[in-house]
Amino acid sequence: MERAQAGDLNAFETLVSRYERRIWALAKQMLQHDQDAEDVVQDTFLTALEHLHALRHGERFGAWLKQIATRLAYRVLAKRKRMPTESLDALLSEDPDEEETTLPRPQLVADWRDSPEALLQRKETMRLIEEALQQLPEKYRVVFWLRDVEQLSTRETAEALGISEANVKVRLLRARLMLREYLTRLFGADAEQILTHND
Amino acid sequence: MKCEQMLKLLGDYIDGEIDPQMCELFERHMASCPRCQIVVDTIRKTIALYREGELLFEMPVPIRERLHQRIRQRWQEKFGSRSGEE
Repeated sequence: MERAQAGDLNAFETLVSRYERRIWALAKQMLQHDQDAEDVVQDTFLTALEHLHALRHGERFGAWLKQIATRLAYRVLAKRKRMPTESLDALLSEDPDEEETTLPRPQLVADWRDSPEALLQRKETMRLIEEALQQLPEKYRVVFWLRDVEQLSTRETAEALGISEANVKVRLLRARLMLREYLTRLFGADAEQILTHND
Repeated sequence: MKCEQMLKLLGDYIDGEIDPQMCELFERHMASCPRCQIVVDTIRKTIALYREGELLFEMPVPIRERLHQRIRQRWQEKFGSRSGEE
């Protein structure tokens, strides 16, 4: 970091290489659009380049990049919102239907055959979990990614998306329940062990 | 506590933000309800899968190349030949 701040391009590119995949994943999962995600990744690192000297704590570089990328991706979502796209309108607005009383009940209840670590050893797992994520409505997917993957707090997520903390919580729970259901179909133990949850 | 009530508290429980009294009721219910145990456990696995898999999401090579090209170009504009490549 100090070398990059002193004007060493190689050092800066090393830093970029260390974080680029994470920033790409964030932008891609929030926006689900390659070109928009590429623009966000480029703008994130160019913004970092412009303000590199302002960063006093090198160890915060990753968190700083994540903040920049989240803000930029949010701007893209907000811009889309101004277009007549129903799903995006829903993303950025408070949703009165998101009461806890309408939470989806777990249907397939079975333990998984393998641990997450073992699943990640397999080539097809990344494709499967990305497909599962794409099944989620955008407003749930974005909250899940920011809270559970990027580990933003409820408040940070609410501020980033301009929604209430209560709404973040309900969306997150819905996202988790929906993903769990989907992934249990893929990774759950044998069909006969799958119980329907009716209580 | 019934499974339906569990569902509403699930998020706070997983995030460790549940009220201690409710937590006790929640865990007492889970101890007698294997299905709710499995739901909690598989939600935790779901989160772990994405969190640990985050770095495995591939960044397409052309996108990576364009990113580095753009950075070098901007670096050159900003710092001129003082690139640190000496």
